[in-house]
Amino acid sequence: MNKDIYVLIEHLQGRVADISYIMLAAARTLVQDTGGEIVGILLGYDVQNLASNLAADRVVYVDHPALAEFTSDGYQYVLADLIAENKPRAVLFGNTSIGHDVANILSSRLELPMVSSCQTILSGGKFVSQICGGKIMAETSPPGMTTLVTMIPGGFKPEEGQSETAPNIITYTPPALDDLRVSVKGYVEPEPGDVDITKEPILIAVGRGIQNQDNIELAEELAKAIGGVVCASRPVVDQGWLPISRLVGKSGNKVKPKLYLALGISGAPEHVEGMVDSNTIIAINSDATAPIFDIAKYGAVIDMLDLIEVLTEQIQAAKG
Amino acid sequence: MNIATLFKLVPDLVEELEIDAGGTSLDMTWLRLIISEFDDHAIEQAILLKERSAAQVTVIAPGVEGVDEVLFTAAAKGADRLIKLIGDFEAGVNNHSLARAIVTFLKDLQPDLILTGVQAHNDLDGSLGPLVAGFLGIPYVGYVSGVTLSNGKVIAQKEYPGGLIARIEVDLPAVLGIQAAEKPPRYVAVSKVRQAMQTAIIEEHKVGSLDPTGGIPVERMFKPEAGTRAMIIEGDEREIASRLIEIFKEVGVL
Amino acid sequence: MPAASISDRLFYAKVISVTPHGERLDLCLQCGMCSGICPYGFGMDFPPHALIAELRANEVDPILESDRIWLCMSCFACTSVCPAQIPLTTGLLATVKTEMILKGKVPTELQTALENTLRYGNSLGKSPRKRAEWSQDLPSKVPILAETKEPVEILWFVGDYASYHPRIQPVSRAMAKILQALGVHFAILGPEESSDGDVQCLAGERGLFEMLAQKNGKAFGKYQFKEIITTDPHAYNVIKNEYPKLGFSYPIKHYTQFLTERLDQIRPLMRKPLMYRMAYHDPCCIGRANNNNVYEEPRQILKSIPGAELIEMPHNRSNSICCGGGGGGNWLDGFVWERTHARITEWRVREAIAAGAEVLAVACPYEPPRFEDAAKMVQGDGKLVVKDIAELLAEAMES
Repeated sequence: MNKDIYVLIEHLQGRVADISYIMLAAARTLVQDTGGEIVGILLGYDVQNLASNLAADRVVYVDHPALAEFTSDGYQYVLADLIAENKPRAVLFGNTSIGHDVANILSSRLELPMVSSCQTILSGGKFVSQICGGKIMAETSPPGMTTLVTMIPGGFKPEEGQSETAPNIITYTPPALDDLRVSVKGYVEPEPGDVDITKEPILIAVGRGIQNQDNIELAEELAKAIGGVVCASRPVVDQGWLPISRLVGKSGNKVKPKLYLALGISGAPEHVEGMVDSNTIIAINSDATAPIFDIAKYGAVIDMLDLIEVLTEQIQAAKG
Repeated sequence: MNIATLFKLVPDLVEELEIDAGGTSLDMTWLRLIISEFDDHAIEQAILLKERSAAQVTVIAPGVEGVDEVLFTAAAKGADRLIKLIGDFEAGVNNHSLARAIVTFLKDLQPDLILTGVQAHNDLDGSLGPLVAGFLGIPYVGYVSGVTLSNGKVIAQKEYPGGLIARIEVDLPAVLGIQAAEKPPRYVAVSKVRQAMQTAIIEEHKVGSLDPTGGIPVERMFKPEAGTRAMIIEGDEREIASRLIEIFKEVGVL
Repeated sequence: MPAASISDRLFYAKVISVTPHGERLDLCLQCGMCSGICPYGFGMDFPPHALIAELRANEVDPILESDRIWLCMSCFACTSVCPAQIPLTTGLLATVKTEMILKGKVPTELQTALENTLRYGNSLGKSPRKRAEWSQDLPSKVPILAETKEPVEILWFVGDYASYHPRIQPVSRAMAKILQALGVHFAILGPEESSDGDVQCLAGERGLFEMLAQKNGKAFGKYQFKEIITTDPHAYNVIKNEYPKLGFSYPIKHYTQFLTERLDQIRPLMRKPLMYRMAYHDPCCIGRANNNNVYEEPRQILKSIPGAELIEMPHNRSNSICCGGGGGGNWLDGFVWERTHARITEWRVREAIAAGAEVLAVACPYEPPRFEDAAKMVQGDGKLVVKDIAELLAEAMES
């Protein structure tokens, strides 16, 4: 077993996913103490350019038409080969629709140890996983054989895994890939008007504090700037200012987005029930005693209408 | 078509979770177990497939306290066979152990399609579905929100972030990790479950000693610092907005 | 058109056979009073009288295909005006809802409430172990029967919302203080208490209701007490009228009845005048439901509060307007809005404001959150305040 840390680079439709950079940053912690290189594993068809800003010591690039789309078969066959040949210390995968599909199947097929939902890596190489809806943390140490790890965001920032200079790229010839049992027939893009808020990672939620229908537009602009979608508590939907598909709460949808920005929402139990499992809740309310502050991670006591346009401007500026 | 649905019971997060005296696992005293949410969707998806085509649905679960009621509820929804695996499951086992145990039964059952939840909230050594696929040497697709049977294969709708969906054709036999059934799990009247308790039969299948190899021993299990009230951001609207931008970046949405 | 043979009308016959006085269904003249007074009758595909007509014609499928029956709030308005005294709410409507539930046809939000009740013994999905937490911070501990085990005069059945909902827990605490000030020897079941089952019963989940009644009945049977009192009209209605049919018969009073008996004791304790103009909202479940007819006691209490002025809304006593929370309605506001664009709760709030009320006095745990939400929408920053009678009494008793 060598000391290298492999990171499966996740990419879709020409973009490298943030989790890939996060994992490269995590790998840095692992190699810091014990040496070894960070190796980005990039699979695809004519996607060499995606390696350009990976903060890896080297990138192993596997180019093949059968890898043009992600399939669990294509990726598992290539990775099985790479792992058998090189025996890296660990292989990091995202706990995502790409990484999760591959990591687990390799663990049982190749009889390799596995740890999931790793969020941070402590110096010394301990994995810290977050499970049970964020209520429990578990620490494990990699045993002395290639360890497969699926990672979740939160412990490292994507910027920490990005580099100004392109890494060294080595091409690798994959094993035969003509016998894939899994193939992509096509993609279905989301309908523009048809929003399923339960699938959105960023929700901008408005409550009574929005005061009237005209102000909904301000929320829409904020949502557009940050790449999110507007949802609401019942009083807003009841007024007909937003369709019922946007309702969050007991009589509506249950959501678990990465970010829930609650604007002018008091935090009544009927609403909280629908969003309390959100990853990060930020509450903006002019009433310092509003119960929403009991469940939010961050808050500001200010009238949402005083904040919303300034916030939108600053987001637009940050995005450049 | 023979469909097998696997489920497991996980700690119910409505109750407080405590760490046991040893500091490496959950205290089972007040723990209540509930079916893993995604597994519930897998059962629903299996029943939907049965309603659309001539399929037989076999539901398989490890024998722990409370599993009988879940099996009977599956029968009330339309499951044909109920399998309870009898083994040393009470103290809690990892997914590698469970996967190996299930695989011994699946090798006899020879299902065409295996459905299970894509993951469970207490997964620490990977997830059941793909582990089973790896042990059986059959293909796996996860994050599935729709399943269609088509000429001896399945078309799975695989979800990616941002609402993007891929249509994936998979050779059978295969394992699919269900993210969401095409419809939310149906309601079953309490009287129907009571009826199933009288008429349905739970078949018990003994499994040998469990092999947890593949999982890594937990060295320390703990609860993160209790969140108290929100961290209040001070300042005027520009200062607040500025700090929010920083938070957005930390969280990974900007 | 040939009349459908009576033997074909299986479902119609079933409704008659499962309901006490079900045979009165045959007396229906199709006068339409029921559908006329039904607050959401206009939105239903088959309001009560049309439901009877369809069943008599043996057209059961169209009924089961429509989801509009879930607009029924089990408010008993139809039952109270039927000239033939047909048991519409508990018989006809609940039985049709039962049939729908058996087929799994229940709106999602209501499904969650039912599943929570089954699993946790309360519709809110909270841990049963925390059912008595509301009572722990009080200066004087509220006795829990499993701990004290001693015989008491009064078993106070608290209920789901009164135990867990943050807006209603203060009402429970107010009630505890009142009982303690009166020196009443009482206790609660705490974690041994399960949902009373009224809403689940009227929403058609018979199996679930029976399970809850069995659990509560078993808990009652373990202890010694003279009577049950409750702050929850739904609990009052179901324990009084349905539990005895399952073998659990206990004398039960709504807390307003209990306190009215002790008004002479309470009056001297109310040292703080409340200068409120109040309207009292009659809850369906202690009022016209099953002719429970508890109308005057709450009013007597309110009139006895020094400084308080009691006015009446146009709809009062037996023709009170339901708050919309019964029969599953408490979880179906989104569902109801989509289909009717009418909010019964707002209608009632408007009526209270038009009558000149500053305070809307209530006596049911579903009402404060419902009326407060509606009040926000109807009047923006307006001033109508919603208070339970227990809260008003406790306020007047403050020193």
